[in-house]
Amino acid sequence: MAANLSAVAYLISGVLFIMALRGLSSPVTARRGNYFGIAGMLIAIVTTILNPNVLGFDLIILGLGIGAVIGTIIALRIQMTAMPQLIAAFHSLVGLAAVLVASAALYAPESYGIGITGQIKTASLIEMSLGAAIGAITFSGSLVAFAKLQGLVTGDPLVFPGQHWLNLLIGIVIVAIGAVFVAQEAIPLFWLLVGLSFVIGFLIILPIGGADMPVVVSMLNSYSGWTAAAAGFMLSNDLLIIVGALVGSSGAILSYIMCRAMNRSFISVILGGFGGESAGASAVSQGEKPHRAGSADDGQAGN
Amino acid sequence: MEAAAVIDPFVFRLAIFVLAIFVGYYVVWSVTPALHTPLMSVTNAISSVIIVGALIAAGPEEISIAKIFGFAAIILAAINIFGGFVVTQRMLQMFRKKK
Repeated sequence: MAANLSAVAYLISGVLFIMALRGLSSPVTARRGNYFGIAGMLIAIVTTILNPNVLGFDLIILGLGIGAVIGTIIALRIQMTAMPQLIAAFHSLVGLAAVLVASAALYAPESYGIGITGQIKTASLIEMSLGAAIGAITFSGSLVAFAKLQGLVTGDPLVFPGQHWLNLLIGIVIVAIGAVFVAQEAIPLFWLLVGLSFVIGFLIILPIGGADMPVVVSMLNSYSGWTAAAAGFMLSNDLLIIVGALVGSSGAILSYIMCRAMNRSFISVILGGFGGESAGASAVSQGEKPHRAGSADDGQAGN
Repeated sequence: MEAAAVIDPFVFRLAIFVLAIFVGYYVVWSVTPALHTPLMSVTNAISSVIIVGALIAAGPEEISIAKIFGFAAIILAAINIFGGFVVTQRMLQMFRKKK
């Protein structure tokens, strides 16, 4: 398929995704919105498979088949009350997929046209590290959110002294490693970057209380959008950029709206036990239990 | 700046990126609270458009570590796509029946 044709197809797919999000914001158009989303995804996948660089279809069909079966079975079997943790679990998959895509680009830059091994363009390396780091944070953060919502881990905020200093330190180290990686294109540094990002994902979400988890899930959704956008810049793919920005900003707005609906400050939710040391932490844990935002939403949805 | 009007493609991409951020912002503002969870689940499904990158990675004929990464990413993203849309459909069905 000619490059221009596939760019137009990607554009149509992007518009369908916008209409999907728009549809989902009103009960009258919600179902149509979901169909728009499915159509957009179908166009995106078919267009990519028709790309002249895509030649081996065996693993693609196998992968799509495995994913389709597992995904559909999970979606049909899941209890409606378990919805928030299901979405959290799904997010972790997107995060991991984004890390894998970034790694694939590092090992085979030729397939993406971003240079050759050892001489990948600097801009692409930056986008690659951003995508991998945010993807890894999305992955581990979503796992924690899932575990908290599922009751596998206590829903109480886990706070320890010096926590935010530790997070800050790890954050700085991640940025520093990222910078060296971009300069040297050293593969071990890439994996170190990914590993530390996994760790910081855990540490960021652990101090946030269980009742605030729906907000966190939406925020992680936003992260998964940003990582897709980073991948879009890396691959020079407009669809990934459009959808990434769309999901990134709508996820952030949605988490803000949800905070407002339960009378919580966005900042205090996102930072969890941050800032006020133990006093702040205990205020968070006392404030939590009566709100239970997730179940309130479920109830409304059923009415 | 030799040829007067040569703009780096990156700038175009940046423009698309910024405009799409605004679209996402305005599209979601008016969502009704009852639809928060379905909206989250559909955005989640949509974000697995990252599968585009995975498909390209798995595209070459000869087997390589990148192709394996791509294959794994296809499985993960496909779980998300099918699971996300099906579960949204289920939620919305419940929503309509009661109305």
